[in-house]
Amino acid sequence: MSAAAEIVFDHVTKRYAGRDAPALDDLSLEIPAGTFCVLVGPSGGGKTTALKMVNRLIPFDSGDIRIDGRSVRDLPLTELRRGIGYVIQQIGLFPHQTVGENIATVPRLLGWPKRQTAERTVELLELVGLEARDAERYPAQLSGGQRQRVGLARALAADPPLLLMDEPFGALDPITRFRLQTELRRLHREVGKTVIFVTHDVDEAIQMGDRIAILREGGVLAQYDTPDAILAHPADDFVAQFVGEDRALRRLALRTLRDVTLEPGSQSEPGSRVSPDTTVRNAVSLMLETGDEQLVVVDGDRVLGVFHLRDAGELL
Amino acid sequence: MRDHWGDTLQPALVQHVELTAIAVVIGFAIAFPLALLAHRYGRLEHPVGVVSALLYTIPSLALFQLLIPFSGLTWTTVEIALVSYTLVILFPNIMAGLHSTPDEVLEAAQGMGLTRLQVLLRVELPLAIPAIVGGLRVAVVSTVAIATIAAFLLPDGLGYPIVLALKEPTPFKTEIYSAGGLAIAFAISCDLLLVALRRALAPWAVTGLA
Repeated sequence: MSAAAEIVFDHVTKRYAGRDAPALDDLSLEIPAGTFCVLVGPSGGGKTTALKMVNRLIPFDSGDIRIDGRSVRDLPLTELRRGIGYVIQQIGLFPHQTVGENIATVPRLLGWPKRQTAERTVELLELVGLEARDAERYPAQLSGGQRQRVGLARALAADPPLLLMDEPFGALDPITRFRLQTELRRLHREVGKTVIFVTHDVDEAIQMGDRIAILREGGVLAQYDTPDAILAHPADDFVAQFVGEDRALRRLALRTLRDVTLEPGSQSEPGSRVSPDTTVRNAVSLMLETGDEQLVVVDGDRVLGVFHLRDAGELL
Repeated sequence: MRDHWGDTLQPALVQHVELTAIAVVIGFAIAFPLALLAHRYGRLEHPVGVVSALLYTIPSLALFQLLIPFSGLTWTTVEIALVSYTLVILFPNIMAGLHSTPDEVLEAAQGMGLTRLQVLLRVELPLAIPAIVGGLRVAVVSTVAIATIAAFLLPDGLGYPIVLALKEPTPFKTEIYSAGGLAIAFAISCDLLLVALRRALAPWAVTGLA
């Protein structure tokens, strides 16, 4: 498996002809190798523009973008793009090719032996939660969620160190979206690539990102930090408003009961029984609902400890 | 019909097949590269479209007459006219096919690092097949029909027995029905063949899948 790549935006500016405000204004951003970085913001913030500059679908005016220290301008266009996984909201599967052929696109461009490509295809179908026999189907025979799984498999096919994702789940129904978000996080932990992920949905950004870059209108970077730090210390009013007034609760959603210190307790403790994978936010919600002051965290029959309502406030 | 099969209808049918085949093959051989050029250089599409559409407005019989001073009462005259008509049908259909690739498919193709030529050969052309075959179906069927008019110039094709029968005084003109019927049967056979061709070349476009 190839290593993840470090991405650096170095004072990148882009203006579209005929518009006063820049689409991207002096963006500087360092994305460490293996980071899941989410670009989020209102429309007009330049997040998609920033993403498409990395694989040069959109040219930039000044500044530079470097992948592992090497400018994207120094590589031949096709070579650059074949080394970057690219996933878009409308997916863009080739309708005349089967799922298997779609997934094999980049390996074929790179001249992989047939057998290696075939093995990789089976491996990828499994990785994204599809079955080996789905390889023979055409995109038109799949559901929206399945198609985006194929889109993801196709982007991962040649094992690129960097994945660009442009609102990949934006067109999916909420249940499918949630499932794919969860699986993408798991996938990211497994394959450890650098991911740049664009969304306009702040909830998605908080759920998915190791780091979040918030871009405001005019392509200005408002804040770049971990979700927890952004929720705890919004840089300004714009960020505070953008992440929402319930940011304290959102922070609690970032942690599960596994992450907090529990008070020792026994089987006889009163209160609802919850799994340690429950988020602190859901735990608080449950206590508010039942009127209890505490919960008992259990793993099967074993009592791990007791969590008090008052402990939640101390986490913030 | 059996009386005239050997001496009239069979040779007429063979000539008709030849007239049609030559027209469609030459028409395609011109329209296809022209469409590729127009697809690559967008400025060409409009002028080519206008010229070929103008050609189509000339009544076929008149077009034959206009060509006689240049190429005489020959197959060349007939083929020039027939090829012009197939061009008018094939060119816009091939163009429509090449333009039918959805934007997101093109973006994905570019994003994965396909070169321009690879996008054309692996994405745009395969996706254009249904529209191209659709154009061929219309071109073939209309050429089979228009080719009967060639009989006003030459004693060839399925139109000739019809023209002869029109001149006879007898009220019961079998040749009109038999020659006309053969032309229809020929057109339908070609059409079915092309439908089969599309299914073979573009299995993904079979109705019910899309």
